[in-house]
Amino acid sequence: MQPYIKHTSIAALMDRSNVDTDQIIPKNFMKKVERTGFGINLFHNWRYLADNVTPNPEFELNKPAFQGAKILVAGENFGCGSSREHAPWAIADYGFNTIISTSFADIFFSNCFKNSILPIVVTDEQLAELMAEIAGNEGVEFTVDLEAQKVTTPGGLSIAFEVDAFRKESLLEGLDDIAWTLKHEEQISAYENAQKKRLPWLWPSA
Amino acid sequence: MTRTMYEKIWDANLVHEPEAGSPLLFVDRHLMHEVTSPQAFEGLRLQKRKVRNVHSILGTIDHCVPTKDRFNIVDVIAKKQVETMTANCEENEINLYGMNSNQNGVIHIVVPEHGFVHPGMVVCCGDSHTATHGAFGALAFGIGTSEVEHVMATQTLQQKKAKTMLVKVEGKLPAFSTAKDIALAIIAKTGTAGGTGYVMEFAGNTITDLSMEGRMTLCNMAIEAGARAGLVAPDQVTFDYLEGKEFAPKGKDWPVAVEYWKSLVSDEGAEFDAVIELKAEDIAPQVSWGTSPEQVISVTGVVPSPSDFTNEVKSQACASALKYMALDAGQKITDINIDIVFIGSCTNGRIEDFRAAAELLKGKKVAAGVQAIAVPGSFPVKVQAEEEGLDKIFMDAGWEWRDPGCSMCLAMNGDELKDGQRSASTSNRNFEGRQGKGGRTHLVSPAMAAAASVAGHFVDIRDWK
Repeated sequence: MQPYIKHTSIAALMDRSNVDTDQIIPKNFMKKVERTGFGINLFHNWRYLADNVTPNPEFELNKPAFQGAKILVAGENFGCGSSREHAPWAIADYGFNTIISTSFADIFFSNCFKNSILPIVVTDEQLAELMAEIAGNEGVEFTVDLEAQKVTTPGGLSIAFEVDAFRKESLLEGLDDIAWTLKHEEQISAYENAQKKRLPWLWPSA
Repeated sequence: MTRTMYEKIWDANLVHEPEAGSPLLFVDRHLMHEVTSPQAFEGLRLQKRKVRNVHSILGTIDHCVPTKDRFNIVDVIAKKQVETMTANCEENEINLYGMNSNQNGVIHIVVPEHGFVHPGMVVCCGDSHTATHGAFGALAFGIGTSEVEHVMATQTLQQKKAKTMLVKVEGKLPAFSTAKDIALAIIAKTGTAGGTGYVMEFAGNTITDLSMEGRMTLCNMAIEAGARAGLVAPDQVTFDYLEGKEFAPKGKDWPVAVEYWKSLVSDEGAEFDAVIELKAEDIAPQVSWGTSPEQVISVTGVVPSPSDFTNEVKSQACASALKYMALDAGQKITDINIDIVFIGSCTNGRIEDFRAAAELLKGKKVAAGVQAIAVPGSFPVKVQAEEEGLDKIFMDAGWEWRDPGCSMCLAMNGDELKDGQRSASTSNRNFEGRQGKGGRTHLVSPAMAAAASVAGHFVDIRDWK
């Protein structure tokens, strides 16, 4: 996984709540057996007109000012619905590495960290301020510093955010979490051996 | 110290809690389908890692399967996904109820049919509706594909402990109200983010009166309330369902297992982080009107107006949903006409669901211009229904009787709504485009769907003749 590095990038505004994973990547694009190439279909049904090719000029992320954005600022309960990791794959492939909202659905939140995406939870007031700053100055660049756990803006906002210490370390260093878990091989084997005695019917008979 | 069922399962499955890092939770059962697993197998291959406990996995192929002419997958990309699943399971000697199996069907229907999930287990699958298996008192939840790979390689998950919410439903349900209506009424109350960060335990005499099928329908939709998982305490109904099934404990193990399962229920006086209560008497048959499962109302109601919501976000969401759904505020729910009716999915594709619908369809005909599709959740459900003569009732009424699959729940297999078409659907999500780009979905119970197919619009089945 790529390490997450402090950056200053365009913040795109998506003033919608309950953006679900069916919108992030519609199911017709989930048939592939690869992890890559989903960015072109990110928000497909909103992003393209009926011919499925022409960008919909009404869709916010198609605004010229938001091209190249790495930060997405969106309404509450972002990523609700299906567990599809194709959603964060599409978001990362499109170019976002940070999503700011007041709340995220659990599975999506967890999937983000597996794909070098930082989901940042802010308060209602902070979200309103961030959104207002983008709306008043489209193309504005925010700075995200994971190390310091802070988002800063040219408009003078400085927002501290919480992040789980282990997830922070994983993102900053781009850790392989399977390798981390396998360091605990001894404990896993011990658990399995104990379970074979405690609940033998869960295991194939030798 | 008293503990909730969730805390007992957590404690029993906790492998290790390092000072720095993440707790590791042991995964007893891993369910798999073709859409969310190929990249995980590829990841294992690239890292030269092996599947740790092959016996813990059960797979099926369900999302991309055509329900007519099932072997003819026209979409070459979908076909490759199905072939990849088959090949991955063969290579790793994983038990797969694949395309040629007479046990094939939707993963969350197939797994319980074989008694693969027991109370107290931690169960996961790259699928959010894994929550279904909470009906057995198992901690069951959806994971992403990276975690599918993690479970295959380590048999564990890095997990944070969730908060607990008790959802108590007491009393007798009105006639024709079902587990689906309870689920929708709960989501209407909590909102789709109300359960975020929580594991919900459903309790109260209305819940214990439900069959296993009903409990599965209810827990299935816990994810639509945002909950990590739903749980129902195991009881005699659970034990009776499991006894004798293929993967259930047998012989001298059975009584030992039952004793263990009984010990898992939440202790008297155990504290939950949140409690919500509903009265069953208040739960009339429900119909969703919007593009989120929380946008739901009784069949006796009218489509709400944005001004009905004091919360600005919900008011805006209402306005945008009315536009997408092409509905007017104040319109009676029973005045909404539908084009397509779908009975099936991991929410409502079980034998009870087809029985309930058939009961209403006897001697009736589908309304002119309405297409009605019945998709059993699995081949065993299909065979059982046919033995009971239900297929004949459906077909005599003008319904299509199809082969199993996820079908129109998420419309990956070619069964889908066309732009502007409106459905009455027993599935679980009414998101924009879920059943096809531009399609409009109304979530209902099987009985409500059956009645709508005949009337051509929603009806209050309680006074329907």
